[in-house]
Amino acid sequence: MRPGRYLPLITALLFGAIAVPAHAATIQITMQDLVVTPAEVSAKVGDTIEWINKDVFAHTATARNGDFDVNIAPKKTVTSVLKKPGTVEYYCRFHPNMKAVLTIAP
Amino acid sequence: MFVRLSAAIAALSILGSAALAQGAKPTDPQIAHIAYTAGVIDIAAAKQAIGKAGNKDVKSFAQDMVRDHEAVNKQALDLVKKLKVTPEDNDTSKTLSKQAAEKLAELAKLKGAEYDKAYVANEVAYHKAVNSALETQLIPSANNAELKSLLQTGLKIFQGHQQHAEHVAAGLK
Repeated sequence: MRPGRYLPLITALLFGAIAVPAHAATIQITMQDLVVTPAEVSAKVGDTIEWINKDVFAHTATARNGDFDVNIAPKKTVTSVLKKPGTVEYYCRFHPNMKAVLTIAP
Repeated sequence: MFVRLSAAIAALSILGSAALAQGAKPTDPQIAHIAYTAGVIDIAAAKQAIGKAGNKDVKSFAQDMVRDHEAVNKQALDLVKKLKVTPEDNDTSKTLSKQAAEKLAELAKLKGAEYDKAYVANEVAYHKAVNSALETQLIPSANNAELKSLLQTGLKIFQGHQQHAEHVAAGLK
């Protein structure tokens, strides 16, 4: 129970944290009542998007240019990492009236 | 094609005219029944399509319809239970069911690509008609705030289905 026992663990955690690129962020995008919020998001390559589906309906986040196609089951959260830069319009394949934009900086 | 479409539209225009004929707005128990019936009709059409459709986009569209409409109807049932409202059968629901049964029988006679096109065309027309009924009749008539909100979510879902169906229809040409 002496603090010293935890040093190796703490050291490992610290180095682990440093190994992850410091600028990578996690951004939440919520789908509720067939609305994507926020409708416009700015992010960077390497950022993680947490797609939160609060509806009882399955949704997708499908890029019009084909860069990504994420399936989000009802009441589930799915994460995906942004790989390519660009301004990407995306929609839900099941409900194409759900539309939003992701601006991904390099 | 136009004959089939007009039959579908005629079935739905009843939504407006039946209520008008009664000279009164539909009540919440009637609205709940109509909305639920409209869902049941689309599920039946989709189940037929899952068995009959040849095109994979048409088949997966039909699977989406079953999944979404069952989810909406489950929400509707949960809500009426919570509100202690008993959905009330009415002339609009009866006419809708009757016309839908005729449509199902008509579609049952078609095969292959002809069936696929007719099913999807009917889905476009049907969702369009349901959306119009929701917007002009059912949502404005609903008294209970939670019922109104569920109908508004339903409208967004069905508008999505209409666009999805239009997209599938465009792919069949």
